[in-house]
This record gives sequence, structure tokens and C-alpha cells, in this order.
Amino acid sequence: MSTQTLTKPMLKIEGLHAWYGESHVLHGINLELAEGQLITLLGRNGAGRSTTLRSIMGMVDRREGSILINREEFITKPAHRISPDARIGFCPEERGIFASLSVEENLMLPPTVGENAMSVEELFEMFPNLANVRKRMGTRLSGGEQQMLAIARILRTGARLLLLDEITEGLAPVIVKTLGRVIRDLKSRGYTIVLVEQNFRFAAPLADRHYVIEHGEVIDVIEAAEVEASMDRLNHYLSV
Amino acid sequence: MDPMIRLILAQGMLGLNNGVFYAMLSLGLAVIFGLLNVVNFAHGALYMLGAFLALILYSNLGPWLGIDALHIGFWPALVLAPLMVAAFGMLIERFLLRRLYKLDPIYSLLLTFGITLVLQGVFINFFNASGTPYPGMPDSLKGVVNLGFMMFPKYRLFVIVFSIIVCFGTWFIIERTHIGARLRAGTENPELVKAFGINVPLMVMLTFGFGTGLAGLAGVLAAPIYSVSPLMGANLIIVIFAVVVIGGMGSILGAVVTGFSLGLIEGITKVFYAPASNTVIFLLMVIVLLVRPQGLFGKHG
Amino acid sequence: MTDIAEFEAETAPETVKRGRVVQGLAWAVLLAAVLIAPAFLYPVFAMQLLCFALFAAAFNLLIGFTGLLSFGHAAFFGGAAYIAGHVIKVWGFPPILGILAGTVFAAALGWLVGMLAIRRQGIYFAMITLALAQIVYFFALQMPFTGGEDGLQGIPRGHLLGVIDLSQPLNMYYFVAAVFLIGFAVIYRVVHSPFGQVLQAIRENEPRALSLGYNVDRFKLLAFVLSAGLAGLAGSTKALVFQFASLTDAHWQMSGEVILMTLLGGMGTIFGPVVGAVIVVALQHMLSGIGSWVQVVIGGTFIACVLLFRRGIVGEIARMLKVGGWL
Repeated sequence: MSTQTLTKPMLKIEGLHAWYGESHVLHGINLELAEGQLITLLGRNGAGRSTTLRSIMGMVDRREGSILINREEFITKPAHRISPDARIGFCPEERGIFASLSVEENLMLPPTVGENAMSVEELFEMFPNLANVRKRMGTRLSGGEQQMLAIARILRTGARLLLLDEITEGLAPVIVKTLGRVIRDLKSRGYTIVLVEQNFRFAAPLADRHYVIEHGEVIDVIEAAEVEASMDRLNHYLSV
Repeated sequence: MDPMIRLILAQGMLGLNNGVFYAMLSLGLAVIFGLLNVVNFAHGALYMLGAFLALILYSNLGPWLGIDALHIGFWPALVLAPLMVAAFGMLIERFLLRRLYKLDPIYSLLLTFGITLVLQGVFINFFNASGTPYPGMPDSLKGVVNLGFMMFPKYRLFVIVFSIIVCFGTWFIIERTHIGARLRAGTENPELVKAFGINVPLMVMLTFGFGTGLAGLAGVLAAPIYSVSPLMGANLIIVIFAVVVIGGMGSILGAVVTGFSLGLIEGITKVFYAPASNTVIFLLMVIVLLVRPQGLFGKHG
Repeated sequence: MTDIAEFEAETAPETVKRGRVVQGLAWAVLLAAVLIAPAFLYPVFAMQLLCFALFAAAFNLLIGFTGLLSFGHAAFFGGAAYIAGHVIKVWGFPPILGILAGTVFAAALGWLVGMLAIRRQGIYFAMITLALAQIVYFFALQMPFTGGEDGLQGIPRGHLLGVIDLSQPLNMYYFVAAVFLIGFAVIYRVVHSPFGQVLQAIRENEPRALSLGYNVDRFKLLAFVLSAGLAGLAGSTKALVFQFASLTDAHWQMSGEVILMTLLGGMGTIFGPVVGAVIVVALQHMLSGIGSWVQVVIGGTFIACVLLFRRGIVGEIARMLKVGGWL
């Protein structure tokens, strides 16, 4: 298990606990990543991967511990200040496209959080499918279109840290491939990314490091370079 | 023109005039319900408050301040009273309703019912329970207009046109603007909207203020037509509930259209069987419940 | 506390024992109070308390044990009063038959209202019951036999079973006390029957009750009819007590008052509605000198209960004594 500390972490989480109502879901998560890096959170359903992202966003009933983003503490911030102050873009499980909003309205919904945001034109260039459906209501999009919209929506805000939850779930292989290109492109543009992913084959070539989560705790950390050697362990963690 | 048709048209116009209030109140109720999941029982009482504020601005404020010549008239009241009602509504949201969002919505209904009783009781104590006429109707709106089939009071015509503009404006803001998109998104998934960096609690407070402000505006509009009385809202809110059950609270346009149509139907009922006119809306509600329980514009059962 | 912990605490042997003792004491206090009340209170006032206590207990059957908020119970209470009054005064029926007629009428009306209202859920249910009750109110206002604004006056109390003169205050009192105790015992039995257990399952989790194969709508409707009928029993009895059926009893404000009684005493408790009714009625008596400020006090109590005191008085006591479900 790697214990090296990064010299300049962009996101550093220590001893993160989280609760939904009375149920204690996270039991002390520790993780960190530097600017421009991509990490994945692996694990079985219900292990606490999505809850980790939701805790960063303040979307749990109670959270404790420390969440440092660019050395600023976010654990006590109200939910609506987190995205603007930390320049985070969040792409939730099941995409979170608003059914009563058109594609354009969905795209323009989140407030801008930083400079050098991608323009709508750039985004339509990146996701040409979306340009054709810009007036369509959110409900009337295919799963792939919804996913692209959900990613485009946070890129428009100027966020630098992207939290992406299960973006390949339920999508056709050809679309998963496109998303892979998109993520690689975003990484090369310097975005810092946390990926919750079920599809290890999709995540493996993109990630700098993998965190394995079980029962609300990080049980293993595997650097990209160690993946080959750790396949047995990984298979064990991810087998149902 | 056939006298029967003339009568129907005339009663229809008067009915439409009541429909104005059904539409504006059920619209506010729907806007609030959409975002807050709160049925605001106090909506009728806030409508009454709007009417009383108009009356107070005209008749009482001067004497209270010792300036007998001070009469703040209809036009300023049309702006001031709704703003005051909205401010009052926002206080209710901020300090009372906000504590109940995690509970069953019946608690917020009961809370606003309590507020209704308090407001009503206070005004019965300070004003005549049977009603006071509003003396501040502007001269420019006095008199009648010839509609061809009837002489119609100019003021009532103004109320109909003005409220259609207000209702359309509200629809436009909610369905066609950026602010409205935030509101619709907040209705669907407030948690995610918050995570995007939008101050949802503030949005909720402003929305409640807007909805109650609409009730206050309706109250000011009503003041010159009906006498201003502490009970004017209580009886209305029950009709509004029936309107809302008929239309379903899911649609802004649905609330408006249902409100105006039911006013019209109620008016025309007067022509055929007057005693049924105050129950016809309730009977229509029964029919809708039997035939289409989710309401005319409701999406789910 | 989690559900399981709560369940374990409630079914622990010592809790059950304590619960039985506390409940027995509560029954004893209630019976004693009912029996000796005329020694301390004006009989008419004591009877008024009993009528409202029964009304609130009937209402609680819905809100407390089925999770349905009816905002139209005045229609059953007030409507039954008119029917009982008319049957006794105009048709010359004996008092018991009059009360029975009012009760049956209220149950039938409850069947109609319930059938319509259960077509929608949650908050809509409350709005629909309120609107339907308003139809009953307009009927009471406009029908020739109700006396409109004046109400139906001069209902004779008559003789119970042809022998006991009910115009004697004490005779009347013990008759009302019997009606109350019978009604209250029926509610207690219903709540603790298998039927009542299903109702509470519906209150806790309607989809689960549905998936267990219960015909949820039928249970809701039956609970509604029972509640309406018992509210009618209370209303008919009150009409006989005051020899008067009035619009006030059918007005929406009465629907609100019975909610307050139940909320203040404790929704879903056995004895709460009785306590709440006594407090609200007594409050109204004491404050009758301050005119419509009473309404402000009632409204303020509503607000306070909802914000600070949702368990109600008996609910709080039960929690302090750790005998939840037993009081």
C-alpha cells in the first residue's frame, strides 16, 4: 500500500466521516491528488464511493473530518459555497439532467465558478451531438446525450476539479469509447479529475492512482504503475 | 342580441372577474408548492392582508401619523402592499416554515393554518368583521365601458386585463428565463442545484415571497370590488384548494387556465341555477376526482 | 434512535410491564374523572368536554393511526347534529334513535367523502376533504330544514328508553358519559385489533403495506367511515346536549379545532385527544371574554404545537415515562 505524500495536493481528504440521517456511511476516508492528476475510486456498489463525492459536495446530512482543496478547509462550508469556492464541477450518478429544462437551459444552469471556462461553442465542438438537440427538453435525450450534457455543463462553469460519478454506466461501448477520449483530452488540458467507476477497463488507462473503497473506508491504494502486478488483488476487490 | 346570450355573456364577464382571483391565488400556491412542497393555507389570509394594507395606506395611516391629509392611493398601494405582503411571507418562511421541511408536509399546512387564524383574529379585532369599503379607487378607473352586450365597470375590466398580464408574466419568467430555469431545476432536484453553487435556501425564501406577493397583489386588486373584510380570504382559500385539486399543482399554465375557466363557469352557472353557483366548483372537483383523479393538468396519480 | 432499537426498547419485558401499569392508571383516572366531573363542573360544560373529547378521539383514528389528515371533519360532526336534531324535533323520534340516525348519516357521508378523497394522497387528501366539507356547509346554510344562519333550535332532549328524563342535567350527563365511554372503548378496540395494526402499517409505510397484499384503499376507506361515524356520534350527542345544531359545528374552523385538540394532546396516542379537547374547550371558555382574540390564541397554539411540540402533551409524557404506544 502506497503511503507517499504529494508535495502539492489539490485535494486532500483526511478522516472523512459521513452520515445519512442516523446511518453512518463513511468511516474515515483518506485520499489526495495533485493538480492535473486523475484518480479513480473503485469498489463494489454501496461501498461509499458515491458518498465520498457527495460528501465533498456537501450533499450528505452530516460530515466530519477534513477536506482541503488548494489548502482551504471545506468541511464546514455550506453546500452552495463549495462549488464556487473550490472551483469544482460535479457530475452526479444518473447524470442529474433536469427534465423540465432544455439542453441549453441545463447547460447554462450552474453559475460560473472561475475564469478560462470553456465556451458554449467550444463545448458543442467537443460534443457535436449536443449542438443538434440544443432546444430539446432534458427528458427527451438518449443516455449518451445526457451524459455528454452533464459533463459539458460543468466544463462551462470554469471548474478545474471534476468529480465524475459512474459516467459510463448503461452506455453503449461506442459512447464509452468517446467518453474515454473526452476524459483523456480533459486531462491533457490540465483538469484534475476524480472518477468513480465500475468499468475498470475504462478507468485503468486514464488513472494515475486507484483507491479501493469498502465499507466506507479506503482499503487499498494502487499506483498506475503497480496495476499489472496487483491484478489478483484488484480482481478480488471488484468481484461480486 | 338574444337576451339569454346577453345574460350569459354578462354573467360570464363577472365570473371571469372572480376567475382573476382564482387564477392569481392558485398560481401563487402552485409556484410555492412546486419548490417548497408546502401548501400554504395562509394564502387566503395574505390576500386579505394585501387588501387591508391598501385600505390602511389610504384611510388609516394618515390619522395614525397625525397627518389627516395623507392618503396613499391605489397606484402606490398596488406596488407597496404586495411588497409588504411578500416581506411578511419571507419572514414566515425564514423563521417558521424552514424548520419543517424535513417533516411530513401536513405540518406546514397546519402551521400556515395557525397563521391564518392569527391574522384573521387580529384583523377582526381592529377592523369591522363585516367589511369596510375601499375608498381609494382612482378616478381614471371609475365609470363603465360599453362592451356591446353590457355596460361593464371600467375598473373590473382593468383588473381582468392587468391580472392576465401578471399571470402571463409569471409564466414567462418561470418557463422562459434563466431565473425560471433555476426555479424549475430547484423543483426537480434542490440538492443538486445547491451543489452547483446556487443558494437554494435564499431561492426558496424569495419564491415564497413571490408567491405570497401575488396573493397580496390580488388582495389590492380585490379591495375596490369587494368590501375589505377579515374573512374575505378564508372562504376564498377553500375554493382555491378545489381549483388546485381540479387543475393539479404541477403546471403554472394549468393553474392559470383552470382559475379563469372556473370563474367563468361559476358566473354562467348563476344564469341557470343561482343557488348552485357557490358549490359548482366543488361539484366539478368531485367529477374530476371521479374521472381524472390526478387533476386536469396533473402528471401522476 | 433507530427503528430497531426503538422496537426493542418498546417490547422489552420491563417496558411492557411499565406500559400496562401506566395505561391502567390512565384508564382509572379517565373513568374517575368522567364519573365525578358533575361534582366540580357545570353539567353542560362537562358534557361539552365529553362530546369534543369523543370527536377528537374519532379524528385521531384517522390522523394518528392511519396517517390521513382530514380537514373536513366538521361536516360529520355538524352534519350529524342537524340530522339528529331534525329526526328528534320534527319526526318526534326518541333521543337514542336520533343520535343513531345522526351517526349513520355521518358514516354514510364519510363513505362518500372518503371514497373521493382517497383517490389522492398526502396533502391533496387534506384539501379535498376541506373542499367537500364546504359543500356540506353550503347545504347546511341553504337547505330549508336547517334554519340557515339561525341553526336548528329547540331540539327536545326527551326521555331515554321512554323512562329517564333527559332534561334533568345529571341524567343527561350520565347518558352522555355512557355514549362517550362506549365510543372511546370502540376506538380503543379498533386501534388494538388486527384491523388497527394494518392501519398503523399503512401510516408507517403505505407502499410496504400495499406490497404485503393489503387492499390499502379499502382499509383507509373503512377507517374513514368509522372515524366519520364516531365524529357523527359526538356531533349528534352535542346537539342533544345543547338542544341546538348550528352552522358553527359544520364550519371549517371546527375542522381546524379538532385538529388542534388532537395535535395538542398527542396524535397517535390513546388518551391525547381527550386531554387536548379538554384543554382547548376549557381555554375557549376562559377566554370567552376577550372576543376574537381567542382565535389569535388558538392560532398561536397551533403554531407553537407544530414548531415545538409535535408529540403533544400525552406523547411527551409517554416519552418521559418511556411507555410509547401505551398512553
